[in-house]
Amino acid sequence: MQESNLVREKKKFQVIGTRPKRPDGTDKVTGRALYGGDINLPSMIYGEILRSPHAHAKIISIDYQEALAIEGVKAVITAEDFPSLEDVTKKVGEGAVNIRYRSNNILAKEKVLYQGHPIAAVAAKDKNIARLAIEKIIVKYEILSPVLDVREAMKEDAPILLEELRTVSMGEKIDKPTNIAKHIQLKRGNIEDSFAESDIIIEREFYTSMVHQGYIEPQSVTALYNNDGDISVWTSTQGAFIAQQQISDVLNIPLSKINVIPMEIGGGFGGKVSVYLDPVAILLSKKSGSLPVKITMSRKDVLMATGPTSGSYIKVKLGAKNNGIFTAVHAYLAYEAGAYPGSPVGGGAVSLFAPYKLDHLLIDAYDVVVNKPKSEPYRAPGTTNAIFASESIIDEIAVKLKIDPIELRLINAVKEGDRRIDGPTYGRIGLIEILEEIKAHPHYHSKLRGKYQGRGIATGFWFNYAGKSSVYASINGDGTVNLIEGSTDIGGSRASMAMQLAETMELPYESIIPKVVDTNSIGYTEGTYGSRTTYSTGWATHNLGNELIRLMKEKAAAHFETEIGNIVYSKGNFTSSDKEISFIDLAKLMKGNPVTASSSIHPKRASPGFGTHIVDVEVDPETYKVTILRYTAFQDVGTAIHPSYVEGQIQGGVVQGIGWALNEEYIYDDTGNLVNHTLLDYRMPTSYDLPMIDTVLIEVPDPDHPFGVKGVGEVPIVPPAAAIANAINDAIGHRLNRLPMSPKNIFESINQVK
Amino acid sequence: MQNFDYIRVKSKDELSELLDKQNKEIKLLSGGTDLIPQLREGKKDIEIIVDVKNINEMNELSFDNTLGLYIGAAVSCLNICQDVKVKTMYPGLIDAISLIGGVQIQGRASVGGNLCNSSPAADSIPALIVHKSICIIESKDGIREVPVEQFCTGPGKNVLNKNEFLAGIRVPKVDPEFGAAYLRFIPRNEMDIAVVGVGASVEIKEGHITTARLALGAVDATPRYFDDVFEPLLGMAINDENLDRILDDIGQSISTRINPITDMRGSAEQRKHLSKVLTKRTLLKAIERASNQQEVN
Repeated sequence: MQESNLVREKKKFQVIGTRPKRPDGTDKVTGRALYGGDINLPSMIYGEILRSPHAHAKIISIDYQEALAIEGVKAVITAEDFPSLEDVTKKVGEGAVNIRYRSNNILAKEKVLYQGHPIAAVAAKDKNIARLAIEKIIVKYEILSPVLDVREAMKEDAPILLEELRTVSMGEKIDKPTNIAKHIQLKRGNIEDSFAESDIIIEREFYTSMVHQGYIEPQSVTALYNNDGDISVWTSTQGAFIAQQQISDVLNIPLSKINVIPMEIGGGFGGKVSVYLDPVAILLSKKSGSLPVKITMSRKDVLMATGPTSGSYIKVKLGAKNNGIFTAVHAYLAYEAGAYPGSPVGGGAVSLFAPYKLDHLLIDAYDVVVNKPKSEPYRAPGTTNAIFASESIIDEIAVKLKIDPIELRLINAVKEGDRRIDGPTYGRIGLIEILEEIKAHPHYHSKLRGKYQGRGIATGFWFNYAGKSSVYASINGDGTVNLIEGSTDIGGSRASMAMQLAETMELPYESIIPKVVDTNSIGYTEGTYGSRTTYSTGWATHNLGNELIRLMKEKAAAHFETEIGNIVYSKGNFTSSDKEISFIDLAKLMKGNPVTASSSIHPKRASPGFGTHIVDVEVDPETYKVTILRYTAFQDVGTAIHPSYVEGQIQGGVVQGIGWALNEEYIYDDTGNLVNHTLLDYRMPTSYDLPMIDTVLIEVPDPDHPFGVKGVGEVPIVPPAAAIANAINDAIGHRLNRLPMSPKNIFESINQVK
Repeated sequence: MQNFDYIRVKSKDELSELLDKQNKEIKLLSGGTDLIPQLREGKKDIEIIVDVKNINEMNELSFDNTLGLYIGAAVSCLNICQDVKVKTMYPGLIDAISLIGGVQIQGRASVGGNLCNSSPAADSIPALIVHKSICIIESKDGIREVPVEQFCTGPGKNVLNKNEFLAGIRVPKVDPEFGAAYLRFIPRNEMDIAVVGVGASVEIKEGHITTARLALGAVDATPRYFDDVFEPLLGMAINDENLDRILDDIGQSISTRINPITDMRGSAEQRKHLSKVLTKRTLLKAIERASNQQEVN
């Protein structure tokens, strides 16, 4: 389809790099695929959640006797039904959460901290009765002043959300009540001297709003607390084992009692790692006498109360020499964590200048609680806002120094052996290759046609994660291979696993039958996040394929009555001197004597991702509406296993980045009510708002990975906001420092200047 | 969603009878594209929903050489947009109706419903106003006619009495000298509610503007009709070098006479600014349509 856009040195694979059909394709296009809400069990009842109308309040009392008395109501629960938990911080996904806070976020205890914060839950024989019962629960509140802005929340006299919260500043606990959960500092070299030696210094402030992942499938959970205490949970999640762990932590139930059955997932983007409904549905099932309970969120619930990513305030000062070399950085980042600590400000602080060599820097980063929903990961968490700041300033420097923006980035770009700003040394990364490719690309040399058209570029970075994965396989009597895995398939990973196994085993792609199974049926596998699945699960799959071939060689040796060392396997055939048998024929001979194998892996590191995007925009000079005319995303993708899916990941990430750049934002009124809680007014881009997103895949393979895979899913969301801001400046000569760059915000920004 | 009774009526008489007798809170359902979401969000207190889309007379879409166009209140937007006669004779109406929701919404939504929902931001209303359209209101007591610009009385409110219903809308026949247009501003290109919507119509005789009408949506509690700001335009040649400046002045004047709100869809200041920009753009498009129409003839 777009083979010419794949920059690959030589073709050395049979299956990898081709574009076969996805195994789940038929079910998805015919509507047969079963998503979170599609499970329906005999005697199932329905749960509903009572949510706080206030952004900040003390809960004085909850009276649910009237609700419980309604005919058809089977159970009511509040936070009192949850076990009391100590403050223990546990790893969840790539981050860490305090499990007491997690529990309080699932059902509020003592205080509500954002509008939509769950307070109680009802299970009833139908949804209408459950909703009616919810309305009959009487909650008395003492309403408190909400804190809705990150910098307001940091002030000495700000209302305090969490009485016991103390700032951990560079490892030290500061003993006074605060909304600042954490202060991180990155420091290297001497910024004062370096700024003094700079020819140009630019300092700017940037503001961004909370934005949501915008997955189309709302959270839906069905749970059964069986009479023997065994728990089954059907849900769409990014990681069945991660859900299992959180349920176990929050309910204080052993892991082995909980089986999480993953359904197909309608998008996650980081937002379906944390659990919300699962423990509630389990307790309702228990209290209703082991009836299965289904709870499904409305869109309003999703937007109001599931984790968006942080709004932020970022201040960056960057110095450079006249020759373009960056001299020093001084930055300040404050991120809204939402109701409980845990914003991705740490990722933002590092990624801010991760693509560039810098020996002198001082970066302070603050994680701050505010009366908004607890932030959760969103595709390259914390990085899009940070890069919006840094790449806007870099563009300003390029313009002022009259250096081509690609050249300026090439002058400063990191390569293998350089240190990342927080210390680690880069391995084989492809940033230079990306920038060189852009210089040769027609988009970069094309002419803009209109007076109000402009071009912008920006580079993005994301760490990428490896993590633990397990896979299992059995060879069938017809020579096909069942591949069993625990990685949620969000971006086509069943296909990419099947392709890596087919490549390893020198079998056709169609011979591999991949399946994602429940937590009782496969070894521990982390969730699909951190762009890790094709990398780590793929690596495990490669090892699995090698083991299967070794076992089949044993079978071939027995068949030929020779030693295994005499067996050669190539292109689907086992040979020993003059004898030959195909993989399929050997499999047929083994009926009733199957070959099975499993593989688990925990790679210590993954290569980071880099991408540089070019965008052409046109700005209506009167209405300030921005139209994206042309977009090309260049990315080092390691090895593109299934190029169409890699392109799809990049296009999807870019589209989310464009949404964040142009219109998406959480709009709150003064009392902390989220006013745009529908997809009508939370304006994600539609197909009418986007051109074709062109992609250029640059393959600089990861030398550690058997196929050279690098994570590709996250970095594409990072550059768009900065690239579009730079393009708008090129078009109308006005720099924007606030996301989204909506017509209203551009109008206000321009009028402020006037 | 609250519980409610659902009644399907087959004729206008049946509907008049029912409205006359019932004391309960009734809402009429045509496409339901506004009503159902409002019910889901708990914004309406309704006891009975009366489905009118099976009334034949209310699905009439016809054209008469003297009376002009008649749009039954339950005719779907899509049927209007696909009607060749409407498309060629009333492009300014099509501008507005084809913007409502998206294609799927237009398949169910009706212009009558858009009027009765009486949103200040309704796309069809400014376009109907500049076409001098008339609401045909019926009840057991008879028929009355109300110009569209007088139909809405506040956000979600209109002149319909409890026993009345909107039967249809009459859009007068247009002459070749006539041109109309509707433009709205939304941050995206689809799936949005107007931040500002402007309808404009003009008549041009022998290269000179003889009449002009202007109506704006989403700038006040009701769609606003301006009948007096056109003196500077009247009699003006369409190729007059001052036209551009005068259109700017009209836009400027309009922007000072509206009372927009600040909400999540736009600020009051932005709406005033957009009113000015869109007033000019819409008038220009109406003038262009009127001139092209005459060239065709």
